[in-house]
Amino acid sequence: MDNTLTMQTDAGTRRTRRPRSDDKTVATLKEHILEVISDSGEGAQRCGQSVASIAARMGNGVWTVEIIPAEIQPPARSIEGASGIRIRIGSRPVNNGGDETDLVVAFNEQVLLGRVRAGELKRGCIILLENKWRKDRDPKIRDSYAQAYDQFVADGYRVHEIPMEEECLRHVPDPRRGKNMFALGMLCTLYSLDIERAREQVAFAFRKKADRVVESNLRLLDAGKEWAEANLDFKFKIPAVKATEPKIVVNGNTALALGILASGMEICAMYPITPATSASHYLSDVFEKVGGVVHQAEDEIAACAFAVGASYAGKCAVTITSGPGLSLKQEAIGLAVMTEIPLVVVNVQRGGPSTGQPTKGEQGDLLAACFGSLGDAPKVVMAASTIEDCFYSVITARRIAETFNMVVVVLSDANLATAQQPFPRPRFVEDWLAPPVDQSAVPEGAKPYDWDPLTGLARRFIPGQPNGMHTLTGLAHDRMSRVAYDPDINQESIHRRSLKLAALQKTLKAPALFGDEEGDLLVIGWGSSKGAIEEAVERVRAEGHKVSSMHLTFLQPLPPGIGEAMRRFKKVMTVESNWCDDPADEIVDQENRRYSALAMLLRARHLVDVDCWCDVRGQPLKPETVARVMREKLG
Amino acid sequence: MTIPATEWMSEIDDEPHLLEAYQGSLPRWCTGCGDNAILAAVQRLCRDEGLTPEKTVFVSGIGCSSRFPHYMRTYGFHGIHGRALPVAEGIKMARPDLHVFVNTGDGDCCSIGAAHWIHAIRYNMNMTVMLHDNHIYGLTKKQVSPTSPRGLRSNTTPRGAYLEPLNPLTVTLGVTNVSFVAQAVDWIPELLYDIISAAFHHKGLSFVRIIQRCPEYLPNLLDPWVQDPMRTLLLTHENGIQVSPGLAKVYKNQVRHDPSDLNKAREVASAEDPIPVGLLYWNPAVPCYDVIRQSPQLRTPDLIRAGLDSELDKFTIWPQDEPKRGQARPRARPS
Repeated sequence: MDNTLTMQTDAGTRRTRRPRSDDKTVATLKEHILEVISDSGEGAQRCGQSVASIAARMGNGVWTVEIIPAEIQPPARSIEGASGIRIRIGSRPVNNGGDETDLVVAFNEQVLLGRVRAGELKRGCIILLENKWRKDRDPKIRDSYAQAYDQFVADGYRVHEIPMEEECLRHVPDPRRGKNMFALGMLCTLYSLDIERAREQVAFAFRKKADRVVESNLRLLDAGKEWAEANLDFKFKIPAVKATEPKIVVNGNTALALGILASGMEICAMYPITPATSASHYLSDVFEKVGGVVHQAEDEIAACAFAVGASYAGKCAVTITSGPGLSLKQEAIGLAVMTEIPLVVVNVQRGGPSTGQPTKGEQGDLLAACFGSLGDAPKVVMAASTIEDCFYSVITARRIAETFNMVVVVLSDANLATAQQPFPRPRFVEDWLAPPVDQSAVPEGAKPYDWDPLTGLARRFIPGQPNGMHTLTGLAHDRMSRVAYDPDINQESIHRRSLKLAALQKTLKAPALFGDEEGDLLVIGWGSSKGAIEEAVERVRAEGHKVSSMHLTFLQPLPPGIGEAMRRFKKVMTVESNWCDDPADEIVDQENRRYSALAMLLRARHLVDVDCWCDVRGQPLKPETVARVMREKLG
Repeated sequence: MTIPATEWMSEIDDEPHLLEAYQGSLPRWCTGCGDNAILAAVQRLCRDEGLTPEKTVFVSGIGCSSRFPHYMRTYGFHGIHGRALPVAEGIKMARPDLHVFVNTGDGDCCSIGAAHWIHAIRYNMNMTVMLHDNHIYGLTKKQVSPTSPRGLRSNTTPRGAYLEPLNPLTVTLGVTNVSFVAQAVDWIPELLYDIISAAFHHKGLSFVRIIQRCPEYLPNLLDPWVQDPMRTLLLTHENGIQVSPGLAKVYKNQVRHDPSDLNKAREVASAEDPIPVGLLYWNPAVPCYDVIRQSPQLRTPDLIRAGLDSELDKFTIWPQDEPKRGQARPRARPS
């Protein structure tokens, strides 16, 4: 990116100058990516979220990515223990986490080494590093700090040593709590953030704490700001575009929970699992206000069966989980498919298989969501691709589930779960809600599975409806819901349940193309990679290439128009975060290459030679990575 | 004091019906199967209580006994193996106005669904659970079950079952929040009815283990008990099941047992021969999860709109400066 960074820095020197506050260069930037990283529990995420909130309130585009270690309390000062947050701030709206980091605040050199080794820092990245380790009592720590520092400088990073703890000690007795607010103060100075909004943010963040806690944090905020004014000789400004409409700033999981609230569903049955659970945390806090219930069941199977029971009784319910939970829920999902009970299953995907990478994102569950249950079990699968989508997909999912009496799986992932991006404040409409439970009498002689020959749809009888009594069963059954002993009945019932997907598909719109309607390369994606893919398309198009992208919301059924669109491009490929073999591998060839999930679906559906590229490192895709893939594919 | 909705909503529509009103399709159980006795008792109960058929749901898992809902003319949910209890819990949570019954077998409840069983006892939701315990897997053709006696020869234990059986009563009585535990046998229909009736009237989860015969795979297993009334121990108490004079003449082996005494109940449950029959434990004061979680709010669209808007307020960035608290904000009209 062409960040016009014109400033003097003192890389390589340990002492910072003491410039007067008015003699520093203010560099105006289109965007910047910053990180705050620390050991777990030092509050780097709160600091970074505050920066993001303040910038968003000033009208900047922001996108945050949390950096989460796998353990709750990893050892202090460890490379794998890096905990923190990355914030991309732009003049315009930003729709992904961007490429490498421009500036990082690190509370120790080890967590910083973790980020350097992961290749997450841009060449020449500015580093603001806590320097208390240089004088640590333990000679090993002193040595490791000095070595790392020298390496950072040798690598060309612009390192500023900051006496964070020393400065905090002037104001509070225990700087381990509160150092993050000092860092926030520094960042307010460096990014010309409105300090009044920062104060409000701090007061809001600590609203549940005692007054003295708020006061001490405000003192540290001011201290950080003043220290940076006095000691750092550079400053950035990322001009904001004035907002014209109210926006909300939440992460993907909170958006999912708000969507559940807005959808009119009143029962959510779940079992704790990373990274899905924070949605249930938030929902548990607010759902009762609108008469809802979050039920933490004894296991994933029970959670899904509980939701099936509630839906059966007339109140479409939702269960929230992540990959390993989806595996366990499959038997109850199959039951809901067989008995045609509406059900919403939210799967916040993480790395698999098995326990995999609980805190890392992946798109590995698409085929399990589409085909995971035994037998022919048609269900709807849709994927949220933005934070805003997380909100609206649940509302759509509930409506489809109840209209078609089907299971709807909504896929999100660990990247969306914790990412934040402002989106227009939803305006509630009553149509989002489910109608009241139907308790009217069923006409005498009506059949509980009176499948429409064209669409497969049948009116569902709900307990409480007179004349509707029947026993539904997971066994093959006829139109009267009687256990099927006649071989033709199974043939017919599978036929009718299958038709419902075709009926839904007829209502879907063709997905829009991002870029021109025809060209040399079409990249198709789904889920959280949307922002990165579209930014990559913009970059590669700016270089003169004829590249477009298409992002799918519905994965099952696939919407119309994809085949036709693919045929207007010379090459088609998917970019996904689920595994595909590399054709360059010596023993991989056309006969054994394993394709990524969407590529497999598209090839089977359209007989088009769809190529694919994958990354399963668990990090959000970077636009430049995708751009490089596109350039390579273009040849 | 307000009476929780779950305690009266399920009764408002109840009115007299004939026995036929509860009879579904013709049972396909084997002749002599204990399930038939349970079905007869339950249909009688529905008639005697005047349960509204459309307000009554029988939930089951998989196994011979789990065919039960098909033979009732109420709503029924014949689900998946071991999961009857969580399905029933979801139904009760969504619809406190429904009468919920669960029919589950010894494999369904005590083996594949054991986790749900333990937690269902702890939730103590208002439902009647019948454990049809025939000590064998019948539908899959004679495999050992967790309640099969040690040494039982089955298709998976041709040289005899290796382990002592699990005792469903002691397990249930060991779970926090247990509120109603009774035992019946299929060969004393009068008591079977009385026990299921007491279970139905209990507010909370009533757990009834019914020892029943499997004439197909274990035709003689229970003969010593069926043939010798002294090997049945009737539990008597003014707060328990009342034994008729006629029955008392046959079943003379009786013991006075106070069903409010949990420790004593565990002791009675542990002695398996003679078979204790009657009410082992009853505590109507245990709170019910469905009552605890029932919302006092009427869920209107306005309530949901207000709840959503107040949440969105927490996360909203307004185009101008922060509006003052309570200031009017634009609201969308329903389109």
